[in-house]
Amino acid sequence: MTGATVRRAGLPRDLHPGAWWLWALGLATAASRTTNPWLLLLILTVACHVVVVRRSDAPWAMAFRLYLYLGLAIVLLRVAFRVLLGGDTAGTVLVPLPTVPLPDWVAGIQLLGDVTAEAVLAGLYDGLRLATMVVCLGAANALANPKRLLASMPGALYEVGTAVVVALSVFPQLAESVQRVRRARRLRASGGGRVNAVRTIVVPVLEDAFDRSLQLAASMDSRGYGRAGAAPRRDRAVTGTLMVTGLLGVCVGVYATLDGTAPRVLAGPVLAVGLVVAAVGFVVAGRRVERTRYRPDRWRLPELLVVASGVGTAVVLFLTSSFDPQDVYPSLTPLTWPPVATLPLVGVLLGVLPSFVAPPPLRTPASGSRATEAVR
Amino acid sequence: MIRLVDVSFWYADTDVPTLDGVGLTIDEGELVLVVGRTGSGKSTLLGTLNGLVPHFSGGHLQGRVTVDGVSTAERPPRELAHVVGVVGQDPLAGFVTDTVEEELAYGMEQLGLRPDVMRRRVEETLDLLGIADLRGRPLRTLSGGQQQRVAIGSVLTMHPRVVVLDEPTSALDPTAAEDVLATLKRLVDDLGTTVVLAEHRMERVVPFADTMVVVRGDGGVDVGPPTDVLRRSEIAPPLVELGRVAGWDPLPLSVRDARRAAGPLRDRLATTPAPSVPELRGAEVLSARGVVVRHGATVAVRGVDLDLRRGEVVALMGRNGSGKSSLLWALQGSGARQGGTVAVDDAGQQVDPKRLGPRAARRHVGLVPQTASDLLYLETVDAECAAGDEESGAPAGSCRALLDRLAPGVVGDRHPRDLSEGQRLALVLSVQLCAAPPVLLLDEPTRGLDYDAKRVFARTVRTLADEGRAIVVATHDVELVAVTADRAVVLAEGEVVSAGATRDVLAGSPAFAPQVAKVLGEPWLTVDEVAAAVGAVP
Repeated sequence: MTGATVRRAGLPRDLHPGAWWLWALGLATAASRTTNPWLLLLILTVACHVVVVRRSDAPWAMAFRLYLYLGLAIVLLRVAFRVLLGGDTAGTVLVPLPTVPLPDWVAGIQLLGDVTAEAVLAGLYDGLRLATMVVCLGAANALANPKRLLASMPGALYEVGTAVVVALSVFPQLAESVQRVRRARRLRASGGGRVNAVRTIVVPVLEDAFDRSLQLAASMDSRGYGRAGAAPRRDRAVTGTLMVTGLLGVCVGVYATLDGTAPRVLAGPVLAVGLVVAAVGFVVAGRRVERTRYRPDRWRLPELLVVASGVGTAVVLFLTSSFDPQDVYPSLTPLTWPPVATLPLVGVLLGVLPSFVAPPPLRTPASGSRATEAVR
Repeated sequence: MIRLVDVSFWYADTDVPTLDGVGLTIDEGELVLVVGRTGSGKSTLLGTLNGLVPHFSGGHLQGRVTVDGVSTAERPPRELAHVVGVVGQDPLAGFVTDTVEEELAYGMEQLGLRPDVMRRRVEETLDLLGIADLRGRPLRTLSGGQQQRVAIGSVLTMHPRVVVLDEPTSALDPTAAEDVLATLKRLVDDLGTTVVLAEHRMERVVPFADTMVVVRGDGGVDVGPPTDVLRRSEIAPPLVELGRVAGWDPLPLSVRDARRAAGPLRDRLATTPAPSVPELRGAEVLSARGVVVRHGATVAVRGVDLDLRRGEVVALMGRNGSGKSSLLWALQGSGARQGGTVAVDDAGQQVDPKRLGPRAARRHVGLVPQTASDLLYLETVDAECAAGDEESGAPAGSCRALLDRLAPGVVGDRHPRDLSEGQRLALVLSVQLCAAPPVLLLDEPTRGLDYDAKRVFARTVRTLADEGRAIVVATHDVELVAVTADRAVVLAEGEVVSAGATRDVLAGSPAFAPQVAKVLGEPWLTVDEVAAAVGAVP
């Protein structure tokens, strides 16, 4: 690698959204394989650090803190439920509480009871694991531009992407029309009860929406949308079957991989076969598409390194959970201080790589963001 | 480039053809202006050029339309996308993506162009249209003129031989409209693109046009060079009417031509008395002081003072986004107002419409919003009129009586959507006038009105004012202001930058001067004044 390539790789640009998602999914998978609070907190820290260093100033990037709040809520709820419902477990009693007697028809559920350290810790570990996974997904959302993600979908899904973008732009328009018509209605001061009120708003708004969609359809038609001829019926059936089967395989495979108790044969092999079948489907469907992409996101070295760091973290935790389960699943009976082992720690720290290798994000020039504010 | 041979077209369920035996040949690199009344078939004619008519609209097309040697009957519009680019009236409604750069690339993606070609064309088009600084901006945050230029750019990137535009400047302020027209002129001059555009406000386009097509409304068209067509045409820009009054031959098409021919007329006018300035009469009916309107962080109106007297028409002007609409809504009382006072005279007492309920407020100040049809929601004209009576507490039939005065002969069981633009405006006016407000505010009422409808509207406004109302018209249309308004107020960035008698405000301004003032200088504003002064019949 020459110096020039390195310098160019470091220029600000948006990383491929797919790379961010794979990295985040890798971290989330790693989190799913452990209840060790030290490892989970470390994963959280890694995710937050990368988000803070590499997010842009777009609105979706600013939503990251909502995921943090959601994570906190998950942890608190988990612990609260353990205290409220799980007072049956024997162990170190922290707060002695009486059990609230419940009628017979709710047998099996018990309210309150002694609060044990084991129950609280189990809730905490469990909640923390779920919260970490949620925050990892939040990180992907904050780092990857959702529109670019749609745009970098395989050619076969192009129509779906267009439909989603159009639908997304319809909502602000509908909201605008409703507001405009409501204001206009006040000018007429029309009375006549609630039904009439709904009607006076709904009729003009729907007319407006209908007109707009006709205009949009005419515009898309005259700009060449749907130009590449339709595929023969048989082709469509084949590609459809391939894709659906493949995606089913992927779903089963992912589930089995994440759920350690499922038969192993469902995990790796089914996932791999599913991926291959789906990929063939996409390629076949994409081949007859004659459209091209304007400035597509490309997979360059930084993208690969980012994905590698996420996948690496997941792999290390997988291995640890298979060979040294006590490192990643700290014991609750007897209560012990969660262990800190070197291998999983190093594995999780792999995940922080993107904050060095990913290029810094593009920032909107000040004038642009001011205009956006004005409209909002 | 474009040939129409004996083209006739019927919409489904009608017996009367919209186009009847139209023959038209347009050569490469021409700029063609299509004019005609609303509903005469202009848009239909434009639609045939890329096959939207009849492939998208339905209906029956007879005859042959060929563009660049390809018949539109055999190919749907999408297969003609690389030959004919179409820009609609409302650019925002036609946008598929949401940023400028992606929108410019959308058409090329459909054509399957190579990425490096796309990249180059996007850059070239950004420069050609002068919108390079907007490249990453979301389309919704652009101004009207910028959106229209992006819409033009989004078809230009496909390098079409023909660009078709349906009223590209109808919603724009004079300066933005000039920008868009300059862009089109550049296409014709530099790229040899054939441009076909329909436009109500033809005075702006006539100087550039090589050919004019008048869609008569009976299915036929008149085609010819603008000078010939305008000599025969009933509808003509003020400049041409001035030429007719002064007896100039050939008729002037641009202000520059007219100025060169105007020497003798100017000398003659110098000896006649200047048009009289009607003094402001009537009692003050609305007084606003220091009105402030904010939308979030932006200040739309910054401390505006405005007094309205009975019997006067006030024009409110200024570029898009200068605060005209916000001011009108604040005066009416149902819009936001964060500061200042508005006092309406109510039989000697001063009331603030904001403190009254909507029902009482509209008895003092009536407002017709920009999208007038928002006020209509019932199935028939009669039902709307009945609802209007009920809302205003007026005796049954008074709304209908108003409508018959403003626009005689509107059929009562028609759906309001099926009315012409002028009739629909008259209906909305009647509904609002039913409450008998002494102050009437109109927000861009002449959008989409043709010359005739505009003339009728101008007369209506004058009559309503003479009956003792105060009327405010927010508009971009300087010719309308010259004809109707007593006073003009120009807003910029929410502040009043000039206010006074129409003559003083308009005549000296480069952006707002009507054509007659540009030719003859102050104090002449309208053809009628000149005609009266020289004793000719216009």
